[in-house]
Amino acid sequence: MEWLQLSPDEWTAVRLSIWVSTWATVFSLPFGILVAYALARWSFPGKALLNGLVHLPLILPPVVTGYLLLLAFGRRGPLGQFFETVFGLVFSFRWTGAALAGAIMAFPLMVRAIRLSIEAVDPKLEQAAGTLGAHPAFVFATITLPLALPGIIAGTILAFAKAMGEFGATITFVSNIPGQTQTLPSAIYTFTQVPGGGTGAMRLTLIAIAVAMSALVASEILARRVSRRMEGA
Amino acid sequence: MSLDVALRHTMGDFALDIAFRSAGGLTALFGPSGSGKTSVVNMIGGLVRPDSGRISTDDRVLVDTGTGTFLPPHKRRIGYVFQDARLFPHLTVRQNLVYGRRFVPQAERYGDFSEAVDLLGIGHLLDRKPARLSGGEKQRVAIGRALIASPRLILMDEPLASLDDARKAEILPFIERLRDEARVPIVYVSHSVAEVARLATDIVVLDRGRVSATGPARDVLAGLDLLPGAAGDEGGSRLVLDFERLDAASGLSLFRSPAGLWHLPPSTHRPGDRVPIFVRASDILLATQPPEGISALNVFAGRVVGLRPAHAHDLLVDLDCNGDRLTARITRHSAARLDLAEGMAVHAIVKTVRLKES
Repeated sequence: MEWLQLSPDEWTAVRLSIWVSTWATVFSLPFGILVAYALARWSFPGKALLNGLVHLPLILPPVVTGYLLLLAFGRRGPLGQFFETVFGLVFSFRWTGAALAGAIMAFPLMVRAIRLSIEAVDPKLEQAAGTLGAHPAFVFATITLPLALPGIIAGTILAFAKAMGEFGATITFVSNIPGQTQTLPSAIYTFTQVPGGGTGAMRLTLIAIAVAMSALVASEILARRVSRRMEGA
Repeated sequence: MSLDVALRHTMGDFALDIAFRSAGGLTALFGPSGSGKTSVVNMIGGLVRPDSGRISTDDRVLVDTGTGTFLPPHKRRIGYVFQDARLFPHLTVRQNLVYGRRFVPQAERYGDFSEAVDLLGIGHLLDRKPARLSGGEKQRVAIGRALIASPRLILMDEPLASLDDARKAEILPFIERLRDEARVPIVYVSHSVAEVARLATDIVVLDRGRVSATGPARDVLAGLDLLPGAAGDEGGSRLVLDFERLDAASGLSLFRSPAGLWHLPPSTHRPGDRVPIFVRASDILLATQPPEGISALNVFAGRVVGLRPAHAHDLLVDLDCNGDRLTARITRHSAARLDLAEGMAVHAIVKTVRLKES
């Protein structure tokens, strides 16, 4: 079983992947909930456009998304310059860029799951909370959000798994720098490009499968716990 | 507290145009389905914006389309008990009950938690989730939840409609106590004469988007028979009878009309008195043969002069009994079984007669 032993570089790639995906998910979650709520409950001009924009990364070739990110968030891109001067945040060829690419690519899946669960919350319950004196923001926090929780959990875990697996946009936007932007998929890709890299690729592949499976199991357990709480003792 | 409502609103081809005033107590909005009752309470509660109109209480304007005033529901302090309870499924009964209390300033809280729990008899349910409550329990919790939020007015939209008779009987006393003890005005939507007669202090009768009668419950109820359209099942026939004599043997009053001799409960009428009566269409049975061996005393021979559809399953049968017009309500199934047709000779069995106060 010695071949299962990960080299330090491989460990770095695994750790970096988890780190990058966690940040990608945590940061996009509030935006995901906001956009999902807007799409589920509000009608406003440009709603179809917003919906299309959110789903675009799902349909575009990932390389195209990565290239657009490079143009916008590169050091000389307009958004890239903005973030660097205002927040001191650099994306290009850094792990932050990998997180951004992962977040953008995972966003449609996250929004979709959350939107469906918000649409499933009966607006009549929100109305009832309003007649009891609750401000719409309070209604959202105490009624809509808890009732949509199973979908929010599912969306979050789906987004995490998607960010873990993100390859095309990431490698185009931030390249494949070991220890900096070389995530699990990039590392697997590198192994397949060199002679004798087969066992390394297999090791990392098993890790990827294990992470994906535990994410699915975790989401299943959480969702079941939430729905049990709903039916309640 | 009083409530003034004047509204115009159009939904598709349904036009609502109503105005009424409620001075407190329990005001029943009464009428058949589709008469606009729920729309009216939704506008009072702020869930629907009227096209035009004004709703105000003593001290506040809730809506005035003239000045562009619209108070959102959460600022109205109007409790709403929905037909379908609408309890929050993820919260316990206790959490449901106290949900609205935090939004009310301390000084204005009158809806005491333990008082409401006692009044509604829901103390043993506090730790349960709504999914584990019966329909009647849910509705009681919904009433408690509205009450504990200390509203200035409570709206109840057919709160008993989804319940069977046993559950209704379980909740009616609570609503009566609420009306009498909580001293909060209630606007109560219903299409049931029984509920309205039992609960209402004032009645507003709605018919196809308009107010067809309004006033103190006693007055409006007495006139309900005159409003067959609004009252639905309550249509019937009006006749005038001549008092003949008090029958010493049976103790009954005997009256005469072209149809024949009427046996009615003892009365203080005198010979020569002309007495208006009302016979509900649903209080007349029809027979194709002269009935024998039945308890009803008032049986009249007549002829079918008209068949009119009423609701989905019923027919109104117009009878000519030697010049008196009687209308009976029977099911279409019965009509088919008796093979009823215009011109047929039948016997009308009158179960109950109401004497009208003139």
